[in-house]
Amino acid sequence: MDFGFWISFFDSTLRSATPLLLACLAGLYSERSGVFDIGLEGKILASAFAGAAAGVLIGDAYIALFIAVMVSVFFALIHGVACITFRGNQIVSGVAINFLAAGLTAVIGNALFSMGGRTPQIPEDGRFREFPLFFADRLEGVPVIGPLADVLLNQPSFVYMAFLAVPFTWYVLFRTRFGLRLRAVGENPAAVDTAGISVIRLRYQAVICCGILCGLAGATLSMALNAGFVNNMSAGRGFIALAALIFAKWRPVQAMFACLLFGFLDASEARLQGRELWLVGEVPVQFIQALPYVLVVVLLAGFIGKARAPKAGGVAYVKER
Amino acid sequence: MFKTLVAAAAASMVALAAYAQDINPAVVYDLGGRNDQSFNQAAFTGAERFKDETGIEYRDFEIQNDAQREQALRRFARNGHNPIIAIGFSHGSAVDKVAAEFPDTNFAIVDMVVDQPNVRSIVFKEHEGSFLVGMMAAMASETGTVGFVGGMDIPLIQRFQCGYAQGVKAANPDATVLANMTGTDGSAWNNPTRGSELTRAQIDAGADVVYHAAGGTGVGVLQAAADAGKLGIGVDSNQNGMHPGSVLTSMLKRVDNAVYNTFMDAMNGEFEPGFNVNGLAQRGVGFAVDENNAELLDDAMLAAVYQAAYDISTGAIVVHDVMSDGPCPF
Repeated sequence: MDFGFWISFFDSTLRSATPLLLACLAGLYSERSGVFDIGLEGKILASAFAGAAAGVLIGDAYIALFIAVMVSVFFALIHGVACITFRGNQIVSGVAINFLAAGLTAVIGNALFSMGGRTPQIPEDGRFREFPLFFADRLEGVPVIGPLADVLLNQPSFVYMAFLAVPFTWYVLFRTRFGLRLRAVGENPAAVDTAGISVIRLRYQAVICCGILCGLAGATLSMALNAGFVNNMSAGRGFIALAALIFAKWRPVQAMFACLLFGFLDASEARLQGRELWLVGEVPVQFIQALPYVLVVVLLAGFIGKARAPKAGGVAYVKER
Repeated sequence: MFKTLVAAAAASMVALAAYAQDINPAVVYDLGGRNDQSFNQAAFTGAERFKDETGIEYRDFEIQNDAQREQALRRFARNGHNPIIAIGFSHGSAVDKVAAEFPDTNFAIVDMVVDQPNVRSIVFKEHEGSFLVGMMAAMASETGTVGFVGGMDIPLIQRFQCGYAQGVKAANPDATVLANMTGTDGSAWNNPTRGSELTRAQIDAGADVVYHAAGGTGVGVLQAAADAGKLGIGVDSNQNGMHPGSVLTSMLKRVDNAVYNTFMDAMNGEFEPGFNVNGLAQRGVGFAVDENNAELLDDAMLAAVYQAAYDISTGAIVVHDVMSDGPCPF
């Protein structure tokens, strides 16, 4: 386990954490406003498919990214209409979104490409490759700093976006008027309403923010980390993001660390399999693969303390009559 | 020889005339669906070939979830379809149950052994095909390190892994084989992002040829190898064309021949239940050479691999099978 090993470990951690972090922040906006969102998974899947399909058909990465985000926002608005306007149950609506996305992507994919729901490979112009920032590529030969710069500054643009979204979200949430109202509407919508601010409108804005970020998470999966869509390729990342959100007690910076932890576990799965470890020797594959879940239970039970959800979360707002 | 062939053909024509009315075949695909460009599609190809050659229609069904396995098989059996082929090891318990309910209907299952008097269990010697691509990987590798990405840590996949490792060692005893499994649940077969991460980790550890046996996850494996300028090896169907010039070869599993032969046997009244083993000797497994990988293969490599294929089919080389010979020694 030399320096190169840890560099590649770190590199993989950042990449694996990126879709999680984007989805986690998406959930943060929505849930802070009092709209619970089980449907992160579905939105990731739908936008991953939309990005891949548009990338294949149009061949322009930016247009495809835009379409992916729009599709995710559309699904977010379905959730919004169901839970905000029609005051439906937020959990039921979220589950419905997940089913809808899983079914629709397969059906539309099969109709477009007849490859069993898979899309063909996205051409080079339709996907996002590593995008070196500043002088990263000029440091290549330098020991220690060169590889470090390569990890930090030579990643797909989604990685920078995700990590920049963290301070941005913190600023919006805790330093702007919009953020204050957003948090208030999740805790006590009646007070916000009394102050003459529209609860409905604020919640729709939050749900749209959620849609945009989920769209980026989906596009990361199908357009940057892969070059194409495969059925159910989100593979539970939306739910892991929700777990990270609860872990972080609905706070952006903590959310980043939670997602990095999951990314780290993901990366370690690839690297610890079949390796001799200190004292214990070779660990069975199954144990390594169960480790993230074991860790979640241990951390939640012992170290994180009580996670308190926004008080008005899950409850549709009804004006007093 | 030629005369016997003609006689056989004539006999089968007679048989066709006699039995053509009687058979009403059906196929039930696994979750990947008919057009998965891999395992299920191979079955579809075989069924289509049968239809084109004999003019006999068949019915097929693509299941959408696990609960439909039994329903689909039972419905086909009740509607008088015979024989019924289930594609994929996950159909095992469903076939076992439905075959017992319809003792007069012939069933076949691919990749699984079901112990019923009316079931043909079609299995492939994946380890033999994997041995050959392992040899090719070792010979194409410049670093002496090659990789393997499997779907799940189950005997079927361990069999690919072990045959591959043995092949690698046969060509280069000093080579290192890195092996990873993707996951423990169904999503392990459809997680290209994880597949790509595993491949990158192996490449970072020095691997320059990576073989996958992981269904949809393998799309990410081949992609990551191609992006890094390394070589991937496809599986089940010919995947050389997915990244021309970056896929060394594909380990072929001739599910198409198995489906075709099963239908033919049923049509000729020669359907036999029990084991139906397809190894190199039966041309049930092999590797793909086409215009996409022709430049990656040199004569020395091909000569060695064809020689090994011959030796395996005659029994001169025995490839370790983890399902019958115990844990992999490599």
